[in-house]
Amino acid sequence: MMRTPIVEAARLVFRRDLTLAWRRWDEVAQPLIFYVVVTTMFPLATTPDLTQLRVISGGVVWVAALLASLLALEALFRADVEDGTTEQWVLSGQPLGWLLLAKVAAHWVLTGLPLVIMSPIVGTALGLPYGAWGTLMLSLLLGTATLSVLGGIGAALTVGVRRGSVLLSLLVLPLAMPLLIFGARAVGMAMDGESPAGPLQLLAAIFFLALSLGPLAMSAAIRISVEN
Amino acid sequence: MWTWFHKLASPPHAYRMLGKMAPWFGWTALAFILVAAWWGLVKAPPDYQQGDAFRILYVHAPSAWMSMFAYVAMAAAAAIGVVWRIKIAHAAAAAGAPIGASFTFLALATGSIWGKPMWGTWWVWDARLTSELLLLFLYLGYMALRSSFDDPQRADRASAVLAIVGVINVPIIHYSVKWWTTLHQAASVTKLDKPSIALPMLIPLFLMIIGFQLYYGWALCRRLRGEILRRERNAAWLKEAS
Repeated sequence: MMRTPIVEAARLVFRRDLTLAWRRWDEVAQPLIFYVVVTTMFPLATTPDLTQLRVISGGVVWVAALLASLLALEALFRADVEDGTTEQWVLSGQPLGWLLLAKVAAHWVLTGLPLVIMSPIVGTALGLPYGAWGTLMLSLLLGTATLSVLGGIGAALTVGVRRGSVLLSLLVLPLAMPLLIFGARAVGMAMDGESPAGPLQLLAAIFFLALSLGPLAMSAAIRISVEN
Repeated sequence: MWTWFHKLASPPHAYRMLGKMAPWFGWTALAFILVAAWWGLVKAPPDYQQGDAFRILYVHAPSAWMSMFAYVAMAAAAAIGVVWRIKIAHAAAAAGAPIGASFTFLALATGSIWGKPMWGTWWVWDARLTSELLLLFLYLGYMALRSSFDDPQRADRASAVLAIVGVINVPIIHYSVKWWTTLHQAASVTKLDKPSIALPMLIPLFLMIIGFQLYYGWALCRRLRGEILRRERNAAWLKEAS
């Protein structure tokens, strides 16, 4: 039998997940709707005054994006573990971390990327100045991608657990605090007219750290969930 | 040379050893804590700025130190358990988590009580308090994950992955929070930050840290014995021992 090169294997996983999601696109849209609903709650809960909202707009957009992408992460591995697909991956001889990373990447394209694209609209509704759009999108791009990897570890750990979604947030949110701090800070600095390069570079550093070590943790976690 | 190590990995032997070690830890811990408490509360001079209020330092700082020590110790035990598949190491990680969480809570509570006379409020978003709070969340997440599995072996290995991921994150969290507050707050808060503290105040602090460390040893011995009993409740050696 000819062994599939690992890039090809990852590509197949990636495409399969995108196809599956396309067939049920309403599920893909749910986190996005959640995102808009959560950000709508802040003006209602505080004040409709845009000058006051502007102060917290970067933070609100960031918190809502983190929660929305966490919400979608819960079911990331569940269907595959239940129908035995993951078991076949473990047995396939392909590097498991690589396949899982492809799956997480597909997930990010479906949930993280729409949030990033949507964020300027949501931010503007909260009074975020146009000058901060670029920083907001770049910081969310790095932040949601890192969160997808972190959340992938959490989802792999909680895949066989009752009440997994609450537990997942409990595990992943404390780990995601540095992302929130640097991301919201970058947006705040851009709004004040300062250069946001510092926090953005730190976000990028955390992203690459997660990208390099995350797959190892994910594959260890999936092995534990599948073995029994 | 390694035979003692292998022996330690066997539950009956470890159970007996821990039973013998516990009183040593317990009594020395008591001695150190009593001497340090007397030294710190009575003998050490009051602070020229904070008066006697600073004396809560002798509980606050050792608890904060122990909260981090216990997390690293827990992650190290979990890593040993994963790499060498030693069940006792997993049990030690499980037994250590609530102790560490308690120290974290104690550090938060004493920090908050200290904050009342110093800052005028019970809570300030100070870098150290905030990262201590996040550490508490990490502990709670770890314990929640552990308790949500029915199978203890899966619980061991899944929570070990989380502990290792967490210990990589602890420094990142610590420095990000530190950076966050230095950007947000005036320097007045950070005067408590660096302990440029005089020697007569420092000696009891060190004694107290040693005492807390020994207390941790005692508590871990006791809890680990309990954990071994719980896990080995159907084993033959227990029936023979009783």
